[in-house]
Amino acid sequence: MTESDDVWKVNREREGQAERFVSNLPEPGPVGKVFAPVAGFGVTIRNFFKPTVTEQYPEKRDTAMPRYHGRHQLNRYEDGLEKCIGCELCAWACPADAIYVEADSNTPDAQYSPGERYGRVYQINYLRCIFCGLCIEACPTRALTMTNDFELAGPTREGLIYEKQDLLAPLEDGMLAAPHPMVPGTKDDDYYKGDVTQVVDEQVEWVREHRPEEPTLPENRKAEAARG
Amino acid sequence: MTSTADKATTEAVETVTLTIDSREVTVPKGTLIIRAAEQVGIDIPRFCDHPLLKPAGACRQCLVDVAAPDREGNVRPFPKPQASCTMTAMDGMVVNTQHSSESAKKAQEGVMELLLINHPLDCPVCDKGGECPLQNQAMSSGRTETRFIDVKRVFEKPLALSSEILLDRERCVLCQRCTRFSKEIAGDAFIDLQNRGAMQQIGTFNEDVLNFDGYEPIGVAAEDESGRAFSSYFSGNTVQICPVGALTSASYRFRSRPFDLVSSAGISEHDSSGAAIRTDHRRGKILRRLADNDPVVNEEWVTDKDRFAFTWQNLSDRITRPLVRGEDGELHEASWPEALAAAAKGLRTALDGDGEDATPQGAAVLPGGRVTMEDAYAYQKFARLVLRTNDVDIRTRVASDEEQDFLGSSVAGTGMGVTFTDLEKAPAVLLAGFEPEDEGGVVFLRLRKSLGRQRVFTIAPYLSRGAEKLDATLLATAPGGEGKAFAAVKGSTDAAEALKQDGAVIIVGERLAGAPGAFTQALALAKRTGAKLAWIPRRAGERGAVEAGALPALLPGGRSVTEASARDAVAQAWGADALPEQAGRSASAIIADAAAGKIDALVVGGVTPSDLSDDLTAALEATGFVLSLEVRRSEVADYADVVLPVAPPSEKSGTFVNWEGRLRGFATAIKTDAMSDHRVLDILARELGVHLGTGAVAEISQQLGSLGAATKAERPAAPKVDAAKVDAKAGSELVLASWHLLVDEGALQDGEPYLAGTGRTAVARLSRKTADAVGLKDGLVTISSGTGSLELPVVITDMIDGVVWVPAKSPGSWVAQELGVEPGARVTVKGGV
Repeated sequence: MTESDDVWKVNREREGQAERFVSNLPEPGPVGKVFAPVAGFGVTIRNFFKPTVTEQYPEKRDTAMPRYHGRHQLNRYEDGLEKCIGCELCAWACPADAIYVEADSNTPDAQYSPGERYGRVYQINYLRCIFCGLCIEACPTRALTMTNDFELAGPTREGLIYEKQDLLAPLEDGMLAAPHPMVPGTKDDDYYKGDVTQVVDEQVEWVREHRPEEPTLPENRKAEAARG
Repeated sequence: MTSTADKATTEAVETVTLTIDSREVTVPKGTLIIRAAEQVGIDIPRFCDHPLLKPAGACRQCLVDVAAPDREGNVRPFPKPQASCTMTAMDGMVVNTQHSSESAKKAQEGVMELLLINHPLDCPVCDKGGECPLQNQAMSSGRTETRFIDVKRVFEKPLALSSEILLDRERCVLCQRCTRFSKEIAGDAFIDLQNRGAMQQIGTFNEDVLNFDGYEPIGVAAEDESGRAFSSYFSGNTVQICPVGALTSASYRFRSRPFDLVSSAGISEHDSSGAAIRTDHRRGKILRRLADNDPVVNEEWVTDKDRFAFTWQNLSDRITRPLVRGEDGELHEASWPEALAAAAKGLRTALDGDGEDATPQGAAVLPGGRVTMEDAYAYQKFARLVLRTNDVDIRTRVASDEEQDFLGSSVAGTGMGVTFTDLEKAPAVLLAGFEPEDEGGVVFLRLRKSLGRQRVFTIAPYLSRGAEKLDATLLATAPGGEGKAFAAVKGSTDAAEALKQDGAVIIVGERLAGAPGAFTQALALAKRTGAKLAWIPRRAGERGAVEAGALPALLPGGRSVTEASARDAVAQAWGADALPEQAGRSASAIIADAAAGKIDALVVGGVTPSDLSDDLTAALEATGFVLSLEVRRSEVADYADVVLPVAPPSEKSGTFVNWEGRLRGFATAIKTDAMSDHRVLDILARELGVHLGTGAVAEISQQLGSLGAATKAERPAAPKVDAAKVDAKAGSELVLASWHLLVDEGALQDGEPYLAGTGRTAVARLSRKTADAVGLKDGLVTISSGTGSLELPVVITDMIDGVVWVPAKSPGSWVAQELGVEPGARVTVKGGV
């Protein structure tokens, strides 16, 4: 006989010696005694008549709280130029080493952001990101903010490394996709101060000349809308 | 030290003792307070102070409280804080830095606030961000809040000083490190302070800035105070020493952040100085290179070529897998075993015949002059043990037997001879066949450091800009006539007297191989005057290859192939029965014989056909089997039967031996699966049934170490060749003079347009008399030889008559390829095109 069996035996013996459990609750009345076998369902039955709190995800999608830390977004100025200058301060601030940035020089032929510098490569690895938001605090141009999008799951590791095109904010009506020149007569400071509020004709003209197929050109937008 | 101190003993250094932050420190007299503080680990913030530049006191950031003894010996405080970078320490001085004095701290905070008034808050876009002394010191010794509420000064940005160097004037704190470097160290005073007061700024000559209304110069106004356009071979150093982000390089601008980078120490592969560099890389890609601090070699400076020319290693034509020429005549990617088998088969056929061909003619090896010592050793061992020939020569340039005898008798295995320190201390230096600025940038800087204390003589056709900056005396000589020029340095001539001084140095360059009798006469001159002799080749691998014996008549350590005892010693060390007895052919003989169909196989490493005046492509075409070991797909690959990829310097470890004979070992910066030449040859030898034992750097070092240097008897005799007389006269047949400019179109400078933009335009130089005799048309001349011609604009230069100088491989002037001749040859020159 092994030792463990001994213990088991001893425990059983003790159990027999122990005093029976006596509840200190009041004894139920006769009616209580009748319903005692089904009394446990009371909670269930009571909830039949209460409002549901279960979310029918993914059939029905609710929005998160306004300040929820969700997927990142790279914002644009009102004329469509990117706010990101590729300074890598977000990557520097990131405690999880989830952000990778490579910057490059804007050229007259390819102006992506106001000023001289733009982010050529921008990657966030959502397998690493802990959504702490330190990158948002670090961003000097408010280029990086967080959306309420929390649906970050996928079948591959590669797919969860979001590239710049996955992170860039959608082009709203009136915005013109970069690259295109800055608003004539403005400097990067004017952009930072928020003085640039819309696309100007020169920028549209430039894009028309260099990329007539650009879907965000007004005429192409109209044609697209007409097609439905 | 007293006046009676014996001169023979080590000079005692007079010291002073002072107190800094209540700590006593003893330093040599004349030491600056800021240096004295460094010695006891007290950090004083500074911007303009640099240990290798003269004190300026420009930024005022290093203010400290000082009290010094007056005439009566009473220690009295200075009324105001003093700049510690300009004040020398004195006995009994009491210094209180910001750590112990409130007023010093307040003064430093005030200076910092002043510097930051006009400094933009653009750290996020500034390249210096993260490694910026201003950023760091603003945190450590600045006020926490700014009181400045007005508009900052702005400038148009950036101002391109050259295609490589960009200046953001608004970031500048006017410390003048860059202008002082340019004037004191490089001698290219291309930038200077302009204007006064709040508008003071760094810039090139610009009449808009200087408000020269109505006084504009004719022509382009991008010239410096000496009237020369901005072009310096050392401009990259100003970027490195700039304490703010005012000077940046176009090639690194906006590319990276310091925390992205992995730094690896390395040695530059561009010249024979063996400058210490730091390679900064990210994800296996080199982003930039910086000068490392090596006080005995390059101090803290490197040339722009060392700094910026690294892109060649990773261009799109990089080969990473072996290539084998298939049945269809095209190169196809192959596996290593497949390629090695094909290479072994080709070499075996060349050595033993294929059964039908009864007389196999053997193989030869051309390793090129850019290999490490280990690679050179493997190439020559491969040639001697596997290919059973002495036909191995790294000198894919002008070369002679006289040079080889010189190298064997006086250079190989002699250890450290003349050093950089010797150059700096030499009272007189004679240069021959060597342009310090173009062919050894760091050597130039070291010589220039002694400007005013040193006489420099140069045997050259004209005084180049580099020689001019050394204040050199020209001993005008047409190329080829250097031997006679050496012989003329005798008796009581100026140069002979100067070279007789203790510590004088004669520097001979590799170009002297083209001048018969030059090495013989250089040795004679050294003996005559007692001056030390130094051989400074151009390419990084030359000295190492000489040590390793990758020359047709030299075995490792300077042993002569023709000495039986030397051969036996090496054969015994290698475990071989015997080594080939006959001295091998030189590179140019190998190429000529191969072209004539007298060689069955060629093993070629890192050789660029356009660098050779011999027709290498014809040789490759005529040779039955060509094996090429290369980093990038070159012209050689077009003719090769098997191409094996090898590692570029950043992806391997090894040793360059610099011209001093100093071993400059370097470790692998970026780990890839690329193999060094010596390892590839080791595997290939195994395929051919020979154990080469060159698989690892350590193995080779051990072999070289146990071989050691040759004894006197094992060495070749010193050369004895009569000096040639060159008869250069103005006319249409002129003597060609040429050398490689530092920045040109060499293969190791490919893929770096910003650096190429700082190179000098190609011009032909003629004396006034020669030019008149030639008869210029539109300032142009056509220089032709039997094989081709060059058309170049002419610059009339104060130089020897009957000589035309052209750069060796600058844009539009590829001398070796177009003219097919070496310097010293006769070329036909006529005016116009």
